[in-house]
Amino acid sequence: METLIFALFAALALGSSIVVVTHKSPIYATLSLVLTLFAVAALFVLLGAPFVGALQILVYAGAIVVLFLFVIMLLNVQKEETAHGSRGPQLWTAIVGAVVFLGMMGLVFWRSGSPAVPPLTAESVSLKALARELFSTYLLPFEIVGLLLLVAVIGATVAARRPDALDRIGEGGEPEYLSGDEPRTDPLKSLPDPHRPSVAEPAYKEATS
Amino acid sequence: MSVPISWYLLLAAALFAIGTIGALTRRNGISIFLSIELMLNAANLTLVAYARQMDDRTGQLIVFFVMAVAAAEAAVGLALFIAVFRQRHTIDVNRMNLMRW
Repeated sequence: METLIFALFAALALGSSIVVVTHKSPIYATLSLVLTLFAVAALFVLLGAPFVGALQILVYAGAIVVLFLFVIMLLNVQKEETAHGSRGPQLWTAIVGAVVFLGMMGLVFWRSGSPAVPPLTAESVSLKALARELFSTYLLPFEIVGLLLLVAVIGATVAARRPDALDRIGEGGEPEYLSGDEPRTDPLKSLPDPHRPSVAEPAYKEATS
Repeated sequence: MSVPISWYLLLAAALFAIGTIGALTRRNGISIFLSIELMLNAANLTLVAYARQMDDRTGQLIVFFVMAVAAAEAAVGLALFIAVFRQRHTIDVNRMNLMRW
């Protein structure tokens, strides 16, 4: 029975992960990643780690994938451009490398045999014991991870803000990013936004000139 | 009849290999990120499988931290893609060659 469930979810994970890396459209690749994550979550539960399985669904499938989908929709990413260059050699090198890696791993596991799996006890799946270890032995890493997430939130906000959001407040003049040879229109600004003055007629220019 | 741990490890290795192929061959930045998430997940599966074999929950706790770091990485990386897309109108990594030479 356990073997059957394992085979089912392993096949699901493998199949959907192949779709993740081969599908041209990022949206379908992301949705396929959700399927992979669910299958791996089921395997976590099968391995006696129900908390990690639930966390996988909540954090990965719930939060990270939604973030991906939002960004894909925001950027309006089209299918991969195939205009320039052939990726044949790259593809074959990657596949050969992956197959060699897989063969080596398989050889190692085959040679080392499979030692008996210890039986699951109530203690080993206990959430209480897990939490006690997390908040005693691993308290400092836990705090550091919290700090890391805070830094990531601030960094992401700063990196993704509109480049002229602060220039507007300053002494005026053209924002730096317009002076280079880069494209001069911001694709995210092409949507009409009634609450924001358009770039063509900045109010600050009249004030300073 | 319980499933031998080496099957889980082999499955994780296969997922990692698939993720590696994706990260090396895709050109869309988002697709590369998805492949990296796949590789992280394969590593998580390995950790949980070894935690089961050793009957030790340290592996599960490391998975917890890996997930938090993956969330931070996804947030910052996607923000960078938004910033790059503003300037270049593409997230094709072959055309992001500003720092290549």
